[in-house]
Amino acid sequence: MHDDQEPALELTSELVPLHVIADGRDLPADHEYSRTALVTALDDSPAAARTLTPEARRVMDLVSDGLLSVAEVAGRTQLPLGIVRILIAHLVEVGLVYVRPPMPRAVAHDRALLQAVVDGLQKTLGA
Amino acid sequence: MYLEPTVTTAVKVLVVGPFGVGKTTYIGSLSEIVPLQTEEEITEASEGYDDLANMPDKTTTTVAMDFGRLTLNEQLVLYLFGTPGQERFKEMWEELSRGALGALILVDPDRLDEAFPVLDLVEKFDLPMTIGVNTKDGTPMYACDEIREALHLPPEVPVVDVDARDQQSSAQALITLVQHLMSTLV
Ligand SMILES: Nc1nc2c(ncn2[C@@H]2O[C@H](COP(=O)(O)OP(=O)(O)OP(=O)(O)O)[C@@H](O)[C@H]2O)c(=O)[nH]1
Ligand SMILES: [Mg+2]
Repeated sequence: MHDDQEPALELTSELVPLHVIADGRDLPADHEYSRTALVTALDDSPAAARTLTPEARRVMDLVSDGLLSVAEVAGRTQLPLGIVRILIAHLVEVGLVYVRPPMPRAVAHDRALLQAVVDGLQKTLGA
Repeated sequence: MYLEPTVTTAVKVLVVGPFGVGKTTYIGSLSEIVPLQTEEEITEASEGYDDLANMPDKTTTTVAMDFGRLTLNEQLVLYLFGTPGQERFKEMWEELSRGALGALILVDPDRLDEAFPVLDLVEKFDLPMTIGVNTKDGTPMYACDEIREALHLPPEVPVVDVDARDQQSSAQALITLVQHLMSTLV
């Protein structure tokens, strides 16, 4: 996955202005990428992957082997959340990642789900 | 590092409270991953402005927000977001509170008045709440009812002691919050 031949790709975000990282893109106002939306890479599509910015590639590499939340992608790449959302939107557009919306049901009114939260806490933590 | 591929549902709880009350410690006690931070830009309103869009002199600052993760079963994962309680983070609260189960409000019994701005925000966004009273060295200094009274809380809001450094104590406070939410269902 990592392109070892090109150390220039390792530029840290501090050195690159944010609008460059975002490649001039903006986020649609009604975007789906809330913090708890889950992101994962789709099958490798080398053609599209080759033209990614270094930061988009970092996001791509991070989710290449499994599911992570948008918040976690931001935390682990140490890129600002707003930038990560724009990068994810782009990766979705070019068919490299898939985003699963965070909440398929109205949680606050779902007794079974709330009970599952309680059970999970009790079981996991012995509370 | 990754979630189980079977996970379909993510729920979130906000962990809020005044400066230095134990939010980061609390999230660290419960999280299955090393707690991470997101860097986010917020647009700050100058004093007295409610309408950010029409504000002449808004500025942006970056804040770091903690979060942690706990897988509850094969399908379900819980995210905890540590959220600064100041009014100037209102915009961020708006997004964070959407779909949240509720807010655990950590308070320091010696600095109760600092909790009021946080309480105001939680009420404004209509989040179910539970108060976790930080017990400092593990021994409660005040009865929970005294705290409730001092904070002008209605009787149905749970007030529990919590040691943010202790996993079980922290989990128990969260269980109280969710059970409180269940008790309000018809
Ligand atoms: N005795 C005791 N100390 C605690 C407890 N929770 C946190 N502390 C300590 O209090 C200090 C502040 O805790 P933090 O978790 O950083 O508080 P915070 O709310 O994240 O602080 P800010 O992010 O600065 O607002 C740390 O030194 C913790 O070790 C607790 O339940 N009991
Ligand atoms: Mg903190």
